Amino acid sequence: MTTNTVFLLFCAVLLVLGGVAFTLSRAKASRVRATGTAMHAQPDQYAWFAVLATAGPALLVSALGAFALLLMGAEIPTLYLLSASLIIATIGLVMGLSQVRPDFHARRAIEGVIRKLLAAAAMISILTTLGILLSIITEALRFFQMHSFWDFVTGTTWNPGASFLSAAGRGEEGGSAAQFGSIPLFAGTFMITLIAMLVAIPFGLGAAIYMVEFAPMRIRKAAKPVIEVLAGIPTVVYGVFAALTVAPLVVDIAGLFGLDASYSNALAPGLVMGIMIIPFISSLSDDVINSVPNSLREGALALGITKGEMVRNVVVPAAAPGIISASLLAVSRALGETMIVVMAAGMRPNLTANPLEDMTTVTVSIVAALTGDQEFESAQTLSAFALGLVLFVVTLTLNVVSVFMIRRFREKYRVNNL
Amino acid sequence: MSQSFEEISAQLKKRHRRSARMKWMTMGALILSAAFLVVFISDMVVRGWPAFQQAQLQVEVSYDEQSQKLPLAAVDEDVRPLISRGFFRSLPREMENNPELMGTTQTRWVIADSRVDQFLKGNEDRLRPADKETLQALVEDGRAALKFNTTFFTTGDSKMPELAGIASAAIGTVMTMLVTMAVCFPIGVMTAVYLEEFAPDNRLTQLIEININNLAAVPSILFGLLGLAIYISFFGVPRSSPLVGGLTLALMTLPVIIISTRAALRSVPDSIRHAAFGVGCSRWQVVRDHVLPVSLPGILTGSIIGLAQAMGETAPLIIVGMVAFIPDASISITDASTVMPAQIFTWASEPNSAFAEKTAGGILVLLAVLIFLNALAVWLRNKFERRW
Amino acid sequence: MNDTTLQNFQTQQDPPTASKDAARDPYTQAPTPDKGQPVTRNENVEENLSVRVRDLNLWYGDHQALKDISIDIFANTVTALIGPSGCGKSTFLRCLNRMNDLINSVSIKGLVEMDGHDVNARGMDEVALRRRVGMVFQKPNPFPKSIYENVAYAPRMHDMVSRKADQDELVERALRDAGLWNEVKDKLHEPGTSLSGGQQQRLCIARAIAVRPDVILMDEPTSALDPISTATIEDLMDKLKKDFTIVTVTHNMQQAARVADYTAFFHLGEMIEYNATKQMFSNPHTKKAEDYITGRYG
Repeated sequence: MTTNTVFLLFCAVLLVLGGVAFTLSRAKASRVRATGTAMHAQPDQYAWFAVLATAGPALLVSALGAFALLLMGAEIPTLYLLSASLIIATIGLVMGLSQVRPDFHARRAIEGVIRKLLAAAAMISILTTLGILLSIITEALRFFQMHSFWDFVTGTTWNPGASFLSAAGRGEEGGSAAQFGSIPLFAGTFMITLIAMLVAIPFGLGAAIYMVEFAPMRIRKAAKPVIEVLAGIPTVVYGVFAALTVAPLVVDIAGLFGLDASYSNALAPGLVMGIMIIPFISSLSDDVINSVPNSLREGALALGITKGEMVRNVVVPAAAPGIISASLLAVSRALGETMIVVMAAGMRPNLTANPLEDMTTVTVSIVAALTGDQEFESAQTLSAFALGLVLFVVTLTLNVVSVFMIRRFREKYRVNNL
Repeated sequence: MSQSFEEISAQLKKRHRRSARMKWMTMGALILSAAFLVVFISDMVVRGWPAFQQAQLQVEVSYDEQSQKLPLAAVDEDVRPLISRGFFRSLPREMENNPELMGTTQTRWVIADSRVDQFLKGNEDRLRPADKETLQALVEDGRAALKFNTTFFTTGDSKMPELAGIASAAIGTVMTMLVTMAVCFPIGVMTAVYLEEFAPDNRLTQLIEININNLAAVPSILFGLLGLAIYISFFGVPRSSPLVGGLTLALMTLPVIIISTRAALRSVPDSIRHAAFGVGCSRWQVVRDHVLPVSLPGILTGSIIGLAQAMGETAPLIIVGMVAFIPDASISITDASTVMPAQIFTWASEPNSAFAEKTAGGILVLLAVLIFLNALAVWLRNKFERRW
Repeated sequence: MNDTTLQNFQTQQDPPTASKDAARDPYTQAPTPDKGQPVTRNENVEENLSVRVRDLNLWYGDHQALKDISIDIFANTVTALIGPSGCGKSTFLRCLNRMNDLINSVSIKGLVEMDGHDVNARGMDEVALRRRVGMVFQKPNPFPKSIYENVAYAPRMHDMVSRKADQDELVERALRDAGLWNEVKDKLHEPGTSLSGGQQQRLCIARAIAVRPDVILMDEPTSALDPISTATIEDLMDKLKKDFTIVTVTHNMQQAARVADYTAFFHLGEMIEYNATKQMFSNPHTKKAEDYITGRYG
């Protein structure tokens, strides 16, 4: 018998047992009820409890068994495991049936199980974070065993290409050794992020201010969905746009000024990433500016202040913590953005301040390290996790600071509203 | 002491001008942002439109013994270089499947080579002079034309641009999204229900909440690293499969669904809960029978938006190897597969310029699906939005 | 107050800015001679007219919130607007400095006249109007800036001060006038929001008087405050009327009786009675006002 058949058979038997549990216990509960005895729960609730008692432990045992089989390499024949589960299911059925008693709180028992299930689901998000952290940190540590952390942080040359030689035990004869100095990668990342922010913050903030403070309702209603559409465009599409349309355009325009630009210049992905982030900043700032209390606006206008002065001197300063918080989130997004830079930025680590040259970023290097035909143990593959760790720490810090600021902003206005 | 209205108004002129300037500048920001969308979409349409057209040639195909062995012999020598190699490859199988064709000569439209396609679309001219003459003669006879490209929607990836299509990527996307939603919808809704309706206000709950907010802002590529290290290396899930891609995207989409579901649950007024408690419902019954039905549209809206986001995601899938070359899709979640954005990525990095239009065409299809999904979400929200 | 801003009521029979639609012009419809005048004038007091309102109607969409309001507001007096909630008194107050412009669906007909100008006229700059008609709101709303900056901000924008010393002097005077100087002189650069509710409200009053308006509108200025702060602000209103015309909305009849020279009673968007406060509370002319004052409803 193949595994699939066994598995199907197991499911079918379990289903049948569950059905039996349901019918039997409901019939029993109905009989008891018919005698006029007051029961703590409805017959259906007893029936569902019996089903839970049948299927729950059996599934748990088989899942644990499967886990042990896969991970610990334990030698448990599948057939034994499944038969054991089925026996447990039968025992559960009998137990469930015997619990059909007037004084048993079947509903409370079911709800206890449901509550635990819900809590277990909530723990998955914690597990995810732990998973990310664990996977990145362990692999990054392995990387730092091979290459010094100090070189990684302070080195100015990123040249992982030769690392497969040393992985193959031929590091000595491979000529130049692999170098993992991450500074050029971070320089490229910050350059592109900076360009993106120079585009995104003025435009996003301007659009938000216009929508909240000046635009008539009609325009506001029309513009919001447009901005939402902009936010829903996948990054790979922006990447194509950056590589196919904007990059050649940048080269042409630079040529007009007599400047020499690379086709994978840093300006094109920066600009397009900025455009990508406009809706992000604009919708966050929109919320923030909207939540500046109207009483402040009225207070300013009642002093004979013009609308523009009111926006500049009262509304924007009041919203500033929220706007800064939105901008930090946007920076964090730009740092972690992958597709645009993979498609439009260069692959050559390049420490330069000229955005017309090609530069590479942290995310590009992660992708490059993991898409080649490398074996998992090589330093190049592991370097991706070291870079990922830094990326995680930086974005996490930005997020935490941003959450902290937005919370202070909200508290301030709750207090001020008395 | 006090000035007259005339005096004040005169002083105000400059300030009003400055205020108006601010209004125009912010309006300009909005208009430019919207203008970008127009430029962007029109750029994609102009680039991608040709992908929906395909050059075809009307030629005489002779089905005989010789062409079964040597398919190239089925057509005249001079048009041979103009016809897609893919056509010749499919010829023997076609003859096997339709024995009645044997010995006949059919005049039929066949797919042209991509050089012909590009030439007819006015893109680039890589044809040899002799072939070009033949082609021009065919065009004059009306035997070479651009027709609607059904191949694009029915085939998978191919090294021959004229045969490359998005079907296998579309199937891969569907399989991956099925896995994603099957995992993250129940878990997300359950988490949200727990946090909103059941959780005690303690440290653990706060930790979960902070954690979810942070998870929502973790760069997507890091989920790819998680998928690679945990699913593939640790659990041994097959690389490049919709299963691993879907599981990775599920974790990424989870916070979106949790946050929107919580918002939907929170918008249900407490008066409804109190009313239900008042008639003796237990907490779970209140949630199941009163809160969830009322908040369902909001939950669905959030899930659709999460789905659309996952559907457009590429970076984590590259890391788990879902940028494979997949000519024929298989309907299994453990076989190697690709998804639409990854297909676009693959085509975009092809040096052959005939793939550029495929790239833009794929983008148009993807955007159409995503805009449809988003519009559906907006429509759902507007239709069922309730103000309490 | 100088003579150009406040003119005698008698000289104002012909408004300089007549409404375009002559048929609807309140003056061509021959109003009763003293329409809008209080039923009983305060005796032995020379009073100049500050704001004159004739047949003011206001709609929120289709809902008419004010019906044919006519009232004369005299300079250097405190006029209280009383009435049950939702009667339109706040709405009326906000017509005087066109704060209702901020609401989309509002339409207004009728005359609000100040210094010989129809404030609703097309050529009237609402920013200029608001500079002359200040406002204090129900909830204190200091800007999220320092105490000093809260007061100095608007005068600086209005170019009322050029030197730092002038500005300091202006801030001190406004804070003194608002009775707040002694409490805050040592912490002028702390945020305005750090003050207590009553202090915040006096800061808002200082902010309003710093631009030297003619009229100060107060929209239930004490409803969010404790009794002691309320008493302080009531005293303040009494002092301020020397320099300013004050129109206050209150839902507290005792407050009206304590601070106001004139009281107008609003009910369901109509002005039922306008009278000297003493008269209003001792011997109102209308049944409705009497019922309200004696607590039958409201």
